[in-house]
Amino acid sequence: MSRISRAEVERIAHLARLRLEPAEVEDALLRLEAVLDYVAQLEAVDTQGVPATAFVIPLATPMREDVPGALLSPELAVANAPSPRGTAFTVPRVLDDEAEG
Amino acid sequence: MSEPLETVAELSAQLDSGVVSARALAERSFARLDALDPALHAFLFTRREAALAEAAESDARRARGQRRSALDGIPVALKDNIVQAGEPATCASRILEGYVSPFDATVVARLRAAGAVIVGRTNLDEFAMGSSTENSCAGPTRNPWDLARSPGGSSGGSAAAVAAGIVPAAFGSDTGGSIRQPAALCGVVGMKPTYGRVSRYGLVAFASSLDQIGPFAHSAADCALLLEAIAGHDPNDSTSLPEPAPSLTAALSGDVSGLTLGFLREADDTSGVAPGVRARVREAVAELERAGAKVREVSLPHTRFAIATYYLIATAEASSNLARYDGVRYGRRAADAAGSITELYERTRAEGFGPEVKRRILLGTYVLSAGYYDAYYKKAQQVRTLLRRDFDAAFEVCDAIVLPTTPETAFRLGEKSSDPLALYLADIFTVSANLAGLPGVSIPCGLDAGLPVGFQILGRPREDATVLRIADAYQRRTDHHRARPPR
Repeated sequence: MSRISRAEVERIAHLARLRLEPAEVEDALLRLEAVLDYVAQLEAVDTQGVPATAFVIPLATPMREDVPGALLSPELAVANAPSPRGTAFTVPRVLDDEAEG
Repeated sequence: MSEPLETVAELSAQLDSGVVSARALAERSFARLDALDPALHAFLFTRREAALAEAAESDARRARGQRRSALDGIPVALKDNIVQAGEPATCASRILEGYVSPFDATVVARLRAAGAVIVGRTNLDEFAMGSSTENSCAGPTRNPWDLARSPGGSSGGSAAAVAAGIVPAAFGSDTGGSIRQPAALCGVVGMKPTYGRVSRYGLVAFASSLDQIGPFAHSAADCALLLEAIAGHDPNDSTSLPEPAPSLTAALSGDVSGLTLGFLREADDTSGVAPGVRARVREAVAELERAGAKVREVSLPHTRFAIATYYLIATAEASSNLARYDGVRYGRRAADAAGSITELYERTRAEGFGPEVKRRILLGTYVLSAGYYDAYYKKAQQVRTLLRRDFDAAFEVCDAIVLPTTPETAFRLGEKSSDPLALYLADIFTVSANLAGLPGVSIPCGLDAGLPVGFQILGRPREDATVLRIADAYQRRTDHHRARPPR
């Protein structure tokens, strides 16, 4: 039984904002199938009631005074932008995309 | 060719006694780089003029009696995912082509404050995703011991640069073995500190709950010196351990009597371990026993699930971390994506990421997506807890665990690139330390058919000093770390 369908790969690729060529979809299908087959071994592990580990060393959330620190200047902040305008980042118009969610 | 740059301790003593200048060391480093790197391809970027000027400043400081630390004037290299202000940081990815960092990683700020001279930036698997340095958009690094072979990865450039004597020390990052595995395959020492011991601020994130920066060098004593320079609390990293980092160099007593070493049964039984690797590691354990350590068998039953657990957690975190490469704020933007913002994202990321990074983003997105989260991501985090409990139980009866770093010596370039799962399995002995947050060091322990073998020492969380003390005691009794590549 295959664990993942072509349609699912395409859906995930869209969620990850990756445009895949047809050959890449085929590659992804094969590779994901192989990895998912491999990780299926975890199904055999009894984890009933076992807490999840998100971070290995338990630390309380560090707190500090809310005081301004050193900041990047606006000029430096946009210096790596591929298409800045003044001290702003630019993007194509986004309103048409909103319907997509 | 100019002489190789050997240990930090020796070079530092030579600088102190005045028999060599920092400027001369930097020149020697670049002379070796010029001679060797065309074949090795360990470096992606060099900063020759700046480094020579900084070395001259170091000499001036020493002349004034204002030496900043034992690292003052020592040439070092950085993996190209640790940012330095005014320098590129590509992570060997096309998506970061042209990026120039506006800030220093905390590690870089501390190295500069210590007077270290950063000579350049080393090659890696794209975004540190790989174990061979073949997933670099700039092409692979070659192993100084055999140019037809991989140096390992993902910090392959840093390991090769130290093994070839271009620099006496370098820094890398270790998410699932990316310092220890290339250290083993290149015959140098590589250390992954306890999670949180070194700030991740300015390390380009791959998997935030696993990533840790650490040093490469020829000796455990050098690693202690290098780690001391970069360790300690950093308010810019909320996962940074709050307490002051303990002295490491002071812990190197050369004495392991009274310590109990756990010899990992699963690692010795694994049929995939090459006979030559198994033999060298057993010899290393016997040497430590002669040095006075007690050795007993320990078992970590959940380590057989470590690779599966690791790839689920690492890819999930990576898919989230790499969402930031969107073609808007930095890095590359697809040239002809003027339509919608979605098209801009999708085309930029399609052009900018290499095949392995795309695969991992897809897997990570899948395991985090609705309907699969509990079955994959949450399950992996629960198995991670069981693995931690295995280590807790083992550390009740031993002070450190010894095991091979890799199942095999360096493999040929191209040998494993067609089967990523085979390459994932090569990380079997290294990923557990990341999942459990433990300090781990890989130490050269001899050759098998002319190629280096490394063994690993894992310690309790926060006991980086114990791990280095054992490694240093071993190196005081053996000469394996003095073996150098041919030529």
